[in-house]
Amino acid sequence: MNKEYLDNKNVDSKANAGCPSPVADSSGTSVIKEVAEGDYKYGFVSDIDTEIIPVGLNEDVVRLISAKKGEPEWMLDFRLKAYRHWLGMVPPKWGHLRMPDIDFQAISYYAAPVKKEGPKSLDEVDPELLKTFDRLGIPLQEQKQLSGMAVDAVMDSVSVKTTHKEALAEKGIIFCSISEAIRDYPDLIKKYLGSVVSYKDNFYAALNSAVFSDGSFVYIPKGVRCPMELSTYFRINASGTGQFERTLIVADDDSYVSYLEGCTAPMRDENQLHAAIVEIIVEDRAEVKYSTVQNWYAGDKDGRGGIYNLVTKRGLCRGDYSKLSWTQVETGSAITWKYPSCVLMGEGSVGEFYSVALTRNHQQADTGTKMIHLGRNTRSTIVSKGISAGFSENSYRGLVKVTPAAEGARNYTQCDSLLLGSDCGAHTFPYIDVMNPTAIVEHEATTSKISEDQIFYCNQRGIPTEEAVGLIVNGYAKEVMNKLPMEFAVEAQKLLQISLEGSVG
Amino acid sequence: MSNAVDQYLNLYGDYREAIGSHSAGVLNARRDDGAEALARAGRFHVRGDEGYEKTSVDEMFSPDFGVNVNRVNMPVDVGASFRCGVPNLSTLLAVVVNDRFVPSSTLIKNLPAGLTVCSLAEAAREMPRLVEKYYAKAACMSDASVALNTMLVQDGVFIHVARGTRLEKAVQLVDIFHSSTPLLAPRRVLVVAEEDSHISILKCDHTQGEDAACLSSEVIEIFAGRGARVEWYDIEESNASTSRRSQLFARQEEGSELHICVATLTNGVTRNDFHIDVAGGHASTRLSAMAIGSDRQHIDNSSVIRHAADYGSSDQLLKYVLDGNATGAFEGVIEVCHGARFVEAYQSNRNILASSGARMHAKPQLLIYNDDVKCSHGATTGQLDNNALFYMRTRGIPEAEARRMLMQAFMVDVIDTISLEPLRDRLRHMVDRRFAGVKAGCAECGSGCPD
Repeated sequence: MNKEYLDNKNVDSKANAGCPSPVADSSGTSVIKEVAEGDYKYGFVSDIDTEIIPVGLNEDVVRLISAKKGEPEWMLDFRLKAYRHWLGMVPPKWGHLRMPDIDFQAISYYAAPVKKEGPKSLDEVDPELLKTFDRLGIPLQEQKQLSGMAVDAVMDSVSVKTTHKEALAEKGIIFCSISEAIRDYPDLIKKYLGSVVSYKDNFYAALNSAVFSDGSFVYIPKGVRCPMELSTYFRINASGTGQFERTLIVADDDSYVSYLEGCTAPMRDENQLHAAIVEIIVEDRAEVKYSTVQNWYAGDKDGRGGIYNLVTKRGLCRGDYSKLSWTQVETGSAITWKYPSCVLMGEGSVGEFYSVALTRNHQQADTGTKMIHLGRNTRSTIVSKGISAGFSENSYRGLVKVTPAAEGARNYTQCDSLLLGSDCGAHTFPYIDVMNPTAIVEHEATTSKISEDQIFYCNQRGIPTEEAVGLIVNGYAKEVMNKLPMEFAVEAQKLLQISLEGSVG
Repeated sequence: MSNAVDQYLNLYGDYREAIGSHSAGVLNARRDDGAEALARAGRFHVRGDEGYEKTSVDEMFSPDFGVNVNRVNMPVDVGASFRCGVPNLSTLLAVVVNDRFVPSSTLIKNLPAGLTVCSLAEAAREMPRLVEKYYAKAACMSDASVALNTMLVQDGVFIHVARGTRLEKAVQLVDIFHSSTPLLAPRRVLVVAEEDSHISILKCDHTQGEDAACLSSEVIEIFAGRGARVEWYDIEESNASTSRRSQLFARQEEGSELHICVATLTNGVTRNDFHIDVAGGHASTRLSAMAIGSDRQHIDNSSVIRHAADYGSSDQLLKYVLDGNATGAFEGVIEVCHGARFVEAYQSNRNILASSGARMHAKPQLLIYNDDVKCSHGATTGQLDNNALFYMRTRGIPEAEARRMLMQAFMVDVIDTISLEPLRDRLRHMVDRRFAGVKAGCAECGSGCPD
């Protein structure tokens, strides 16, 4: 194989500039280089009036956020308890990450697009804002509602618009921003908020519990199969702010919902913090499918800027024979620190985790899952595919815990890493704790690069190296991509292709 | 600073001169470094620390152990250790009583040319330059246990194989614990295999008597020169009141081969660390370990194999069978450094839990900083195959025996990695006896090992 063909240094970056096609010509991998060197198409900033409170964090700020949201007393108490607990905590350092200390007093904890009254229809929504979501390809507009997806769009921590609400309400499904839910369904929120991820859980969970400004709430009543995909798009727009949203999904007995989450942010030289919490409760025989395509701004090719994505996601399969499936495609963020987890409490409950994490340039990811088997005959599957390129560090960290009561628990874990380039790192840190002799736990991991034989085979059949790499990587990630809903699968595949190109070499 | 660290620093402060006067210059020269490093560390690892999820080293070191600073002669039935001989395997035998080196007459009279096996303190006195070149050079002092060992150790075993010497006989070290009061024995082994030399070392750990608690703080350093081949076999058959903190540090030069096989058959609390630095190209490493736990045995093995050069290969196989309320832990790291190309590294950990009280914690890890590698690991925890059990019972084999046969078969992979055939047979026999629950084979032997 011609090694130079894979080498970025030998490629003229000017040639073929702007060509959106990933196809490489015989002159080299210029297209790929173009794309790799910063074509983050969501990196624009929208000119929207935004209300930002001054930087810093203290009890008054927590009270101010609560007051701005018009929250009841019990919610303020929840926040203050979390804040006071947070004061006594220190940021976790165990991740395989080089993360500078974050100055939590240099962040503004509330930024919201200015609005008069809540928009009654899309006509009242700020046109700039609509344009923003248009550019992101998010179907907020009425005509696009036929696309069959209900969307909650969250910009700078505040939910700006939720579509299809009425259609969902007919079935008794609640899909709204969490602020509305606190106002309209206080009993449900009181019952479930913090029940899976307590404010004491970890440093960033405590921070989020104190300052979260919005997020989504989903409630699927007993026996209801949600007729459409529910989706939230998160967007950080304002500078100098962090985003702290909170998602709460409750699937009552025999219900089903598929939930999608997408994220983007402008390109800035500063690092911005995203510390979210996702809590999911799955009751008897219910099923929740949670898919994420994470494409926060990852910083430039020298590692300047980018989002610190420090997220706590956890689902409780409380009911018997309940099922929770996490699927994630992680391509963005300067630093990713997240472990979507399943607590398998109900008998015969099932947890799944499918992940593709791609890091390039100076990105760092320490991501994986936790499967905690509490109930009898619980099953879990973990499939993690890491792809590292450039100078990035990509780590899988996962816990499989079988407690003494989890008779007949079963876990299968597979985590593979693919290295593209000799300056990146791929690491695996699985923790396996088995306390029951009837459990079967299997873990396997491999690390390798794309072999020259594979490339040579493709070349022989007339497939240029560039395409061959794309082909092989897509094949490598297929197992996870197949788990994504159709709407996301296409986007994720494209994202993977774009992110990957130019990383080859 | 933790109480455990404090008590040893105080001991060192009070008996510094006595410790030094019964040792040698080279060992004394590093003592203060050890004390400083221990004070800097401030504490031993506790349960829950990264890498120490299930084992508290602090708890191991906390009891008020005595240290035989003044080298008081503790009478021990050395003859009993000769019964530990491996049938059909002629070895060069030496005994280490607590931390005192006692060579056998064979070792004194018939030492093959090119081989030195002697007390570490003696070697340090007679060949100070050679010992100084290697002593405490591979062991990482930032670890509190290594620091403590370096601070207190007075003697140990020194093994040197001259360039080109290929030994036919294996060297056997029998470590015997014997004390009527709680005792900490700082043990040290330094193995230097020069270029193109071959050596096999068999080490057996025993405790005589059941009464007093013993703690073995063991630091082993192995240097394998260019093209050298070192085999290190370690069999632990101690008792419930014995704790063992063993740390093996190895450094491999170009084209060297290192083979380590460790079997923990009976013990109290054991934590074994293996830090192998594959510094030279084309070097290969094989690490295999087996652990059989019952009652309240605790066995924790931790390995770090660091590939720093091209064309390295390593293969790890660790198997555990845990019964009763035994706990097992394994943590293994394969690290491929930046620039180390064409490395092939594998790691496999298989565990069987045979009772509801048994616990297993596994953490196999890969740290890869280079793309031109082939690395993989696998870990499974489960139980015996019910179909196999059923098949054997249909052929008239009683369940208990069928189980034993399957468990023995499970361990065969590890035993087969041993290249000395008589030792393989012996270990197979010992494992069989261990699964059958037979202890103390010979009545007159205080070692309590299977016949």
